[in-house]
Amino acid sequence: MNFEPKIVGFCCNWCSYRGADLAGTARMKCSPNVRIIRVMCSGRVEPTFVVKAFELGADGVLVLGCHAGDCHYSEGNYKTMRRMPLLKKMLAQMGIEEERVRLDWVSASEGDRFVSIVDDMTAKVRALGPFKNNSKEAKHG
Amino acid sequence: MAKLKLALYWASSCGGCEIAQLQIGDKILKLAEVADIVFWPVAIDAKYKDVEAMPEKSIDVCLFNGAIRTSEQEHMAKMLREKSKVLIAYGACAYGGGIPGLGNMFNRELIFERAYLETPSTDNKEKVLPQTKCKVPEGELTLPEFYDTVKTLGQTVDIDYVIPGCPPEARTTWLALEALIEGKLPPKGTVITHNAKAVCDDCPKKRDVKKVKKFYRTFEIMPDPEICLLEQGLLCAGIATRGGCEAPCPQANMPCTGCYGPVDGVIDQGAHFLSAVASVIDSNDPDEIQRIIDGIYDPVGTFYRYSLPDSLLRRAKIK
Repeated sequence: MNFEPKIVGFCCNWCSYRGADLAGTARMKCSPNVRIIRVMCSGRVEPTFVVKAFELGADGVLVLGCHAGDCHYSEGNYKTMRRMPLLKKMLAQMGIEEERVRLDWVSASEGDRFVSIVDDMTAKVRALGPFKNNSKEAKHG
Repeated sequence: MAKLKLALYWASSCGGCEIAQLQIGDKILKLAEVADIVFWPVAIDAKYKDVEAMPEKSIDVCLFNGAIRTSEQEHMAKMLREKSKVLIAYGACAYGGGIPGLGNMFNRELIFERAYLETPSTDNKEKVLPQTKCKVPEGELTLPEFYDTVKTLGQTVDIDYVIPGCPPEARTTWLALEALIEGKLPPKGTVITHNAKAVCDDCPKKRDVKKVKKFYRTFEIMPDPEICLLEQGLLCAGIATRGGCEAPCPQANMPCTGCYGPVDGVIDQGAHFLSAVASVIDSNDPDEIQRIIDGIYDPVGTFYRYSLPDSLLRRAKIK
C-alpha cells in the first residue's frame, strides 16, 4: 500500500489561510495531505502544538504565516520566526528529520505558492516514510 | 493514635533525595514521634521479603524517589503501590524522569556500548556486557533487566502526590510531611509546593525588557547579581518552572535548571521553556536569529533537563 503522509498545517487567519482559500476557489490542484488548522496568527503556534501533533501521529507539521512585515498584529510572525528554528534544532536532536517541520510564509494572494509549498512538503515527507511515534512505543523492555 | 507507617525507597536516582529527607533537620524528631519507618534501604535493615510479607495497604505513606529504568525498579514500584495507602513521587526523577531520564536520548545498546566498551578507563577485552542470566560453576546468577526507555513513577503506577525538586528543598519536604501528619491532605494529584506560580515569582532579581542578542553558558560571563539572568542571556528556566523553592539558584547567580517541573496547566515543560527562550531573541533577521540560536548548544538537555520521559515525545527516535 502506498504511504500517504498526514501533515498538520497551521495557517494564520489573515494571510496563509486566505491563500489556501484562494487556491481552493481558483480550483488549483493540490495534494490533499495537509490538514489545516486555522489560527489567528502564526505567533499563536506554541512549540507544544507542534510536538503534540507528532505525539498524536502526524508525519509532518507545516506552519504558515504572513510575510515579514505583513503581520496583521504587527510582529506575531517575528515571534514564529524566532521559535521555529530553535524548535527544529531541538527536534533534530530528538531524531526527527528536518523535512518534517517547515515554516514558510504565504500571503492572501499567493494561492499558487500555497500549492507549491504543500506539494513540495508532501513529496518530501512521503519519501521519508511514516513518523514512528516514540511515546506509544515507550513500553518497558 | 497508632503511629503512621512510613516507607522510603530509591530507584534510578543518585541518593541526593535521601540527603534531602534528612535536611528537615530537628523536625525529624517530630517525625519519629508520630511515624515508624518500616522500610528504608539506605538506613534500616528491612529486606524486600519483609515488604512482600506486609498486608496490602498496610504502609500509610511511601516516599518513592528515582525513575524507573530496570525491571527491579518496576517490580518495587508495583509492590510498594500495592502495600501503600499513599504513594508519593519524591524528587525530580520519580516525577519527570530527572537526570537519568536523559538516557532516553539513547537506548540500552548505545548506553551499554558507551559504558562497558568505549569509555577510556574501560578494560574489557572480551567485550562482556551485562546479561540478565549467567551460568557459573556455583549455579545461575541473575541481574534485573535494563530497559531501553526510562519511565517516570507516574507512568508505571498510579501516584497520589508529587514532591518536586532535585533534590526537594527541606521546606517542600516538610510542607508535605506536615500535611500528612496533620491529616490535611490536598486533592489527589497535587504537586506539593509553597508557590504554584513560576520560580520568577520567588526570585528577587530586577526584571525589565527581555531582549537577547547572544546566549551565554554559565562560565562565559559574570552576570550582574541584581538583574534577571535570562535578560543577561543565561538560559534560566525559572520562567517555565514551578516555584516554592525560594529561587536559591538564581540568587547564587546560577540559572534555574527547572527541577521543580512545569507550572500548573503546562503539559510539556521543555516546549514551554523553549518558547519563552525563543521569544526573547532580539532580531527580525532570519540569519541573525540562526546565529543566536547556534549559541544554544544542547537544546534537549537544557529544556528537558529533568522532564524528558514526562514530555510529549518521551524519548529520542533512534535510527
